Amino acid sequence: MQRAYPEKPEQVYFFGTCLIDLFYPEAGMAGIQLLEREGVKVVYPQQQSCCGQPAYNSGYDNEARKVAAAQIACLGEERPVVVPSASCADMFRHHYPDLFADTPLHKQALDLAARTYELTEFLVHVCKIRLVDHGPAATVAIHNSCSAQRGTKTAQDAISLLRQMSNVAIVLQERASECCGFGGTFAVKAPDISNAMVQDKCDNLLATGANDLVSGDCGCLMNISGALEKRKDKLPAQHIASFIWERTQ
Amino acid sequence: MSRFEPATVNLEFDKRVDDALQDQELRANFRGAMDFLMGKRAAMFPDKEDLEALRSQGEAIRNRCLNQLPELLEQFEQRCTENGIQVHWAETSQEANAIILEIMHKHDATRMVKGKSMASEEIGLNHFLADHGVECLETDMGEYIVQLADETPSHIIMPAIHKNKQQIARLFNQKIDGVEYSEDVDRLIGIGRDVLRQKFFEAEVGLSGVNFAVAETGTLCLVENEGNGRMTTTIPPVHIALCGIEKVVESLRDIPPLLRLLTRSATGQAITTYFNMISGPRKPDEKDGPQEVHVVLLDNGRSRIYADKQLQETLRCIRCGACMNHCPVYTRIGGHAYGTTYPGPIGQVVSPQIWGLHTAGAITKACSLNGACGEACPVKIPLADLIRRLRYESNNNEPTPVPAPRGQGSLRKRSEAVTWKLWALLSRKPGLYKLALLLATRLRALTPKHIGPWTRYRSAPKPAARSLHELAAQRSQSNASSQEHGRHE
Ligand code: SF4
Repeated sequence: MQRAYPEKPEQVYFFGTCLIDLFYPEAGMAGIQLLEREGVKVVYPQQQSCCGQPAYNSGYDNEARKVAAAQIACLGEERPVVVPSASCADMFRHHYPDLFADTPLHKQALDLAARTYELTEFLVHVCKIRLVDHGPAATVAIHNSCSAQRGTKTAQDAISLLRQMSNVAIVLQERASECCGFGGTFAVKAPDISNAMVQDKCDNLLATGANDLVSGDCGCLMNISGALEKRKDKLPAQHIASFIWERTQ
Repeated sequence: MSRFEPATVNLEFDKRVDDALQDQELRANFRGAMDFLMGKRAAMFPDKEDLEALRSQGEAIRNRCLNQLPELLEQFEQRCTENGIQVHWAETSQEANAIILEIMHKHDATRMVKGKSMASEEIGLNHFLADHGVECLETDMGEYIVQLADETPSHIIMPAIHKNKQQIARLFNQKIDGVEYSEDVDRLIGIGRDVLRQKFFEAEVGLSGVNFAVAETGTLCLVENEGNGRMTTTIPPVHIALCGIEKVVESLRDIPPLLRLLTRSATGQAITTYFNMISGPRKPDEKDGPQEVHVVLLDNGRSRIYADKQLQETLRCIRCGACMNHCPVYTRIGGHAYGTTYPGPIGQVVSPQIWGLHTAGAITKACSLNGACGEACPVKIPLADLIRRLRYESNNNEPTPVPAPRGQGSLRKRSEAVTWKLWALLSRKPGLYKLALLLATRLRALTPKHIGPWTRYRSAPKPAARSLHELAAQRSQSNASSQEHGRHE
């Protein structure tokens, strides 16, 4: 069932995610700039930190809940929340309501869930963005995170943004929908299984002959590009927001 | 692994995973087989919307039946009794084994043929009976292969899926008298058939599993492809059906949609070759069928699962195996690595609940929560959510109102708990969090090159020179000041 989208708002919150905050801030900035270029004013609450997913997925619900409550508090006003990660957006959209079930914050969690959008989803469906590609010809492989495919169900939005880029050819790797093996703490708790998965993912991506890899989730990017680097394979990886922003200025 | 040993599940899990990952032949066997099965299933569901509608229907039917499980079980018992089927209740696997042995003793029986039954694997029936002088022979081809190799099933639908045909050819050549090495699959199956056929006539008791138990009519439904299920349940004078209590459905009308989902999700078949409906022993005017039919209703932890509203979703399972076929972890480590009767995603959910988290909870870590299983599941079990819940229960040492899974809190590690507490403190105090960001970005040159298991296979991520917090603050400042300028000009 397709989600109902609002008219383009004047303002949005930007929830940068902890991974982008520390390791990929340029992706966050690209997201902010894309939104502002569309005429949407971006509010970045300085009190934000992490959506709480690492603890939640590890089975530390109480700790996750405390951190989640702090995010709910700093995203309290009635404006859309845009998140440059399907995984963290999905945490807001689908897991906060569970996490806060039977607690006083349940209503607020539901409210936040209803106004949270993954970045590419927001650009496509709410901003109805039109992109003009000024970049050189490029062959690009896209890795959609499991959350984008099965959580927020926004994998198509990332693809449709890339399709708007006239000089970009999209190539599809084998087993494109398979998990890259990141899974947050899974990569550390079951490192050998995770490794077996990411090695296959790297092989399949390299086999496409792409010049660039893009993804809407920095968790997957950190995993895949970290493994590629260790193997000394070259396939530059970027968040889709950075990729698009750089080519459309 | 020749025998299911619950006590080894947690203890030997890491080693089993390691061994499996090293075994390139095993990995190729699984990858090939899972690709094949996923392809067959996908071909059966060309229309996404139809599939979604059917899955929702399957989910609704199973939920409706579970909602009235106690009543349906009572009704089922009553109808069975009316039909002449003898009903037994087993609370534990020990009880189930004892009931089955007693029936064997009553008939002075020493030979049993078995149709495929994962519940019998769950209770360790073969070894129990062997210890009591009863010879059990598996008649499902996959189960037969596994038994011949002295192994346990590695998949709930295809027990010998971990073997390729060369391995099976070698096994037959070594273990069956007078059989030459042959990789011809039809020939191999023919050999197995010949051996089994004789046994059907000798056995005094046939044991089968149950796919659906219909409360309205007291009917046992059995889905199979080889005809061995029909032989097992009709040739020997006594038939015992072993049935988990969650298998009950309300009426015959519930069967067609569930069957459609089951065969298509499991093997990508529109319908299996055989679908058996058993409603009682042979009647005086009938030519075949057993003289006695028994059904053993097995609880073995299921009513405890039933008591928790979220965990109850576990019991919707119709044991199609699609979740393992679609699992990227199962595909790489195979079924034996889990060390439990039930492997893969449903195994990670059901096993720790049957045998307790202290015994089998560790297998829940082998999941990236990617959700491919839940997406494939014909009755929409949110397997990833349930795995996460069991991780929580493994760590949770606070008492809960409903009876929690056994072994609650038993996997809690102090060091880990402390780490998450610190993380939570840092992540909910903006001042502290920003200080940490500042330190990490300013000291990025000092970022360790080795961070635990992460860098065994990957380079270490390096913090950026400025965090997004800083960049965003700068940007809003400069936006504000350029607006100021704008106003002055
Ligand atoms: S959990 Fe779902 S997919 Fe897995 S075996 Fe059960 S019914 Fe099939």
